[in-house]
Amino acid sequence: MSQASAIPASTLQPFTQPPSLFGRSASGRIITLVFMAALLVLPLIAWFTGNTFYLDFATRIVCLSFAAVSLNLILGFGGMISFGHAAFIGIGAYMVGIPAYHGFESGWLHFPLAMAVSALFALVTGAICLRTKGVYFIMITMAFAQMAYYFFLSLEEYGGDDGLTIYNRSVLNIIDIENKVVLFLLAYAALVAGIYAVYRIVNSRFGMVIRGCQSNEARMKALGYNTYAYRLTAYVIAGAMCGLAGALLGNFQSFISPDMMSWSRSGELMFMVILGGTGTLFGPVFGAVAFLVIEEILSAFTTFWALPFGILLILSVLFIKGGLSGLIHRGLKNG
Amino acid sequence: MSTLFLIQFLNGLQLGVLLFLLAAGLTLVFGIMDFVNLAHGSLYMIGAFFCATLTFWTGSFLLAVPLALVCTALVGLIVETGVIRHLYQRDHLDHVLATFGFILIADTLVHLIWGPEGIAIPLPEFLQGQVNILPGVIFPAYRLVIITAGLIVAAGLYLLISHTRLGMLIRAGASNRTMVSALGIDIKTLFTAVFALGAVLAGLAGMLIAPITEATIGMGNDIIITAFVVIIVGGIGSMKGAFIAALLIGLIDTLGRSFLDDILKVFMPVNAAETAGPAISSMLIYIIMAAVLALRPQGLFPPKVR
Repeated sequence: MSQASAIPASTLQPFTQPPSLFGRSASGRIITLVFMAALLVLPLIAWFTGNTFYLDFATRIVCLSFAAVSLNLILGFGGMISFGHAAFIGIGAYMVGIPAYHGFESGWLHFPLAMAVSALFALVTGAICLRTKGVYFIMITMAFAQMAYYFFLSLEEYGGDDGLTIYNRSVLNIIDIENKVVLFLLAYAALVAGIYAVYRIVNSRFGMVIRGCQSNEARMKALGYNTYAYRLTAYVIAGAMCGLAGALLGNFQSFISPDMMSWSRSGELMFMVILGGTGTLFGPVFGAVAFLVIEEILSAFTTFWALPFGILLILSVLFIKGGLSGLIHRGLKNG
Repeated sequence: MSTLFLIQFLNGLQLGVLLFLLAAGLTLVFGIMDFVNLAHGSLYMIGAFFCATLTFWTGSFLLAVPLALVCTALVGLIVETGVIRHLYQRDHLDHVLATFGFILIADTLVHLIWGPEGIAIPLPEFLQGQVNILPGVIFPAYRLVIITAGLIVAAGLYLLISHTRLGMLIRAGASNRTMVSALGIDIKTLFTAVFALGAVLAGLAGMLIAPITEATIGMGNDIIITAFVVIIVGGIGSMKGAFIAALLIGLIDTLGRSFLDDILKVFMPVNAAETAGPAISSMLIYIIMAAVLALRPQGLFPPKVR
């Protein structure tokens, strides 16, 4: 029973080819660059033409993309199927909300705190979770996320079930994120930095070990690696990154509630990663954009948007192999 | 105090029995088909809504239940043959995602058909009262009915699994799928039958609880997570494990919510206990699950053959 059995070989990147930053083919590179540029430029154009809704929407997309990128580090490259990743979003957001509630409004406190507490939560829970494999890992990560959910639910001081309003966004004395454009640019910069960090991690010696554990953990052990420590480190890095994403999201929404870490949120994050293509650098961003845009379009047409959305979800699981990245690559090969 | 304890004990037992009905189907499907069905809770909800409608059509809750069970079984059959059958060969990740999609579909369909409001199910007169279980201790009659019905179904399942041909095939399928199909058993039909059986059990749980809580959209989404806790604690694929763990989790959850803050008051200041009590009691079952997974990952009563 190796972890490799959790993800079929078809969805894996060939181990001999480490992921390059923008994909291998020239056209794939262009698509990715155009896509990322559009994600940056279109919302700004919309804002300058007075359409603030699209800027808000794009900020949410970018924050959740960042969370999906962090999940992809462990799910796509490490084969650790976490069903509790939304817990880190919630923890990150509450690390903005709780200090702000007590009058500590400095972003220099909020963002490091969000990452530190998320990392600590990842360290403690990951140390236990990583003792299990396969479906047990899925379930135990979910159990810890539920614990976090109920923990914040019971904090009546901080709103409990009703959530907590953040009246002032984190104060960073060099930039003013009360300005929507600045907040969007900050989130976008964080996303790009996150993707670059994942790129550096998976191509490093450390990343090789993580990816080796995904394809054959027993072999990595036989080679003398302490795979548990490597995987736990990756889990903590992903948790800290997602905590930062949560802190940005909390700032953007100006309202946080335990609902941000409910198990369906974790499921959505997982779906973004799978939809985009596991184990690709930009896949989670494609997935998050596709997921949120489809959700938005459908909900504009009908209050029963979840029905076609659920059908799309099932169809994509049944028929799209390797996610949107895989589709793009296959399309390029055939076309 | 002891009266309250007895009543809460019975409430815990009632929750445990419901959890068993859900977990039994879940653990069968999981143990035999190796399929993670997050949408099992949707069958629980669908069962409750069918029962509500049929109660109004037939005018009798008792008549509606068997009819609703048939309807739920049909839904199970359609879903299994239409989609789920094609997912058995996939990995757990795909199972989680596809059944997550099913939850969205089921919740929206129920919203479309029955509207956004919950539906109350009227009980027959003779089930509405309270009974004296001990001198001075009264308990709602219908809750006793739930406990009894659940225990009868548990006994029936035990007989089915250990003393019938179908049960033998189910056990054989759980221990070695390939061998069963090599012996000429139509494994596809067996899987469909098991899935439908799971659907019926989940639906039954939904229609038993609906007269107390109303049939509401999303009613299955929280309890299904608890049912997963039950099968993990009990040991995936083990019916005995599901039964014991269901009662255990039902009792721990209910008693924890009622008495944990009182117990904590012995050890800590009253204020702290009143804050920590509810927090810990709602996390309690997940703490137990995490402890079981960390210390005994195969569950408390893992199936013997693997």
